[in-house]
Amino acid sequence: MIAFNTISSILSVINIDNIDTDQIIASDHLKTTSKEGLGQYLFSDWRYLADGTENSDFVLNDPKLNNSQIIVAGDNFGCGSSREHAPWALLDFGIRVVISSSMADIFSNNSVKNGLLTIQVSTDEHRYLLSKNGASIQVDLLEQVITCDSRTISFQIEPFAKYCLTNGFDQLDFLMEHLKDIEKYEVQL
Amino acid sequence: MKSNSLDKTLFDKVWQKHIVKSETHETPAILYIDIHLIHEVTSPQAFQMLREKKLKLRCPNQTFATMDHSTPTTKADTNGNYTFNGTAEKNQVEQLENNCKEFNVPIFELGNKKQGIVHVIGPELGITQPGKTIVCGDSHTSTHGAFGALAFGIGTSEVGFVFATQALPQRKPKTFGIEINGVLSKGTTAKDVILHIIQQIGIGGATGHVIEYFGSTITAMSMDERMTVCNMSIEAGARAGMIAPDETTFSYLEGKEYSPKGDDWEKAIDDWKCLKTDHDASFDQHIVIDAKTISPMITYGTNPQMGIKIEQTIPIKNEKQALQYMGFKENEVMLGKPVDVVFIGSCTNSRISDLRDAASIMQNKKIPHSVRCLIVPGSHHIKQQAEEEGLDKLFISAGAEWREPGCSMCLGMNGDIIQPGQICISTSNRNFEGRQGKGGRTLLASPLTAAAAAIAGKIIDPRSVLKQPEVAQ
Repeated sequence: MIAFNTISSILSVINIDNIDTDQIIASDHLKTTSKEGLGQYLFSDWRYLADGTENSDFVLNDPKLNNSQIIVAGDNFGCGSSREHAPWALLDFGIRVVISSSMADIFSNNSVKNGLLTIQVSTDEHRYLLSKNGASIQVDLLEQVITCDSRTISFQIEPFAKYCLTNGFDQLDFLMEHLKDIEKYEVQL
Repeated sequence: MKSNSLDKTLFDKVWQKHIVKSETHETPAILYIDIHLIHEVTSPQAFQMLREKKLKLRCPNQTFATMDHSTPTTKADTNGNYTFNGTAEKNQVEQLENNCKEFNVPIFELGNKKQGIVHVIGPELGITQPGKTIVCGDSHTSTHGAFGALAFGIGTSEVGFVFATQALPQRKPKTFGIEINGVLSKGTTAKDVILHIIQQIGIGGATGHVIEYFGSTITAMSMDERMTVCNMSIEAGARAGMIAPDETTFSYLEGKEYSPKGDDWEKAIDDWKCLKTDHDASFDQHIVIDAKTISPMITYGTNPQMGIKIEQTIPIKNEKQALQYMGFKENEVMLGKPVDVVFIGSCTNSRISDLRDAASIMQNKKIPHSVRCLIVPGSHHIKQQAEEEGLDKLFISAGAEWREPGCSMCLGMNGDIIQPGQICISTSNRNFEGRQGKGGRTLLASPLTAAAAAIAGKIIDPRSVLKQPEVAQ
């Protein structure tokens, strides 16, 4: 996992509420037994028209936003299935940060384990960011600050998630350090 | 606010019993996992992680594998070979078999009489028990909470964590009490109850919470019905859904293959009886619903909160994108809309009582040629039971397809899909865009409502065709 510090990027806005994991990556693409190469399927039903050509109306197909690493999406992003293919697809596509006013639990949990930062902001800050498609944006995880145009937005993050992201720390190592405690727990069962 | 720290909710009791290490400001709690259920879609990368890190699968005897998502629902040929939708599906299933062999995990593979949808076979084998922590790389793991277990869906990284350590790092979720009292009216089922709840609290209404369902309506429900309710907890964003175990739970579990036996059974019952929310315990959120306000539901949009009572009109809520996708308009009635496909199955509604509900409507009736009706039992055990009751013949003579167990058209990974533009009344759990096939339009409903639509060829109120007695035995 790549350690996360500061990301500067063009902001892509997908102003749709309740984007579910079936939209992020459709079940047809879960037949893989690998984590690699899923970016091509990200939002595929929205990115491509029925004939397979690119849908020029979809924000991520805008050439100006080609290298965008930060998305702000509508409320309750990532709801639905537990498929970790959703953060794998976002990361493979080049996305490192997803911002919304709320985030589905399993999606957030899966994201942090792969180095994808999910940020929840207030409704007011969310509304502001939703109006900033194509703007320059910077996310500083250490300082917990988003800077977009002239506005500075501070955000909360669960301390362990921050530690894991900023150090590229694998949560499995945390569990492995406590294997003795787990064994002790099992003995008293 | 908690009124007294000694009074605990059902969730608190199960949570506390499984804490290996308490959470601090800096680190999450370490939660012990009793049972790990796995399937072919979300486990391959976790097995690969074990190999890469040269780790053992720590507790193979607490791990159970089955295959359900990518599996065909057509019968094996005379040599026992299955026809998969494609090589990717076949490869995924074979990899699960190989992985389980390599790491000594018990597996209920295709052709095994115990194979079926993971959330159907866990309970019916008695693997699912009150007070256990149960995880699976599948969001509908919440189903198992119907037994008073703390059961939740996890991602593939976490599948790997449980493989390696039998534990997970977890922050303690909040609690949400949903109390439902009263008798459900005729034709209103557990599916309508949960669709009503999701419509009320919203698709993200329980995010960060574990729901406990209670009240006289829940107490009166069978285990099948309780599983339907808990199954869709995730559709309101909840981490898990739970129901306190009672005599209904105990009598369901008694004699099941993995249930405790003899003295252990008596001891288990004593322990399980303590698994209920204390009188003075309180929830972070609490709502009360009168069962009389619930009636048969149907969804009109592209997520499960977009539901209405079947006789209502589509609300004016500025759900433009959803209605555009569905081809529906505000103020329009759902009754009378023609349907192309009817799917009765999935971890939400593929149990024997669901099939009996559907059969009670389809008996001696014919499905019009314009409608494709697929009926997919949740497990081989259920399939066999249905066949012993003659339900298979009843469905086939009505014109339905009677299939082998699996997730099937709930998410269409195995090739059981609907075509672009088609409308499918489905007893499954998600009506997301393209969920059942690209461009397909899904309407979620109960088995009664779905079966009634199959016969009528259009959406009708199931109460208009209910027979007496309501459920054929």
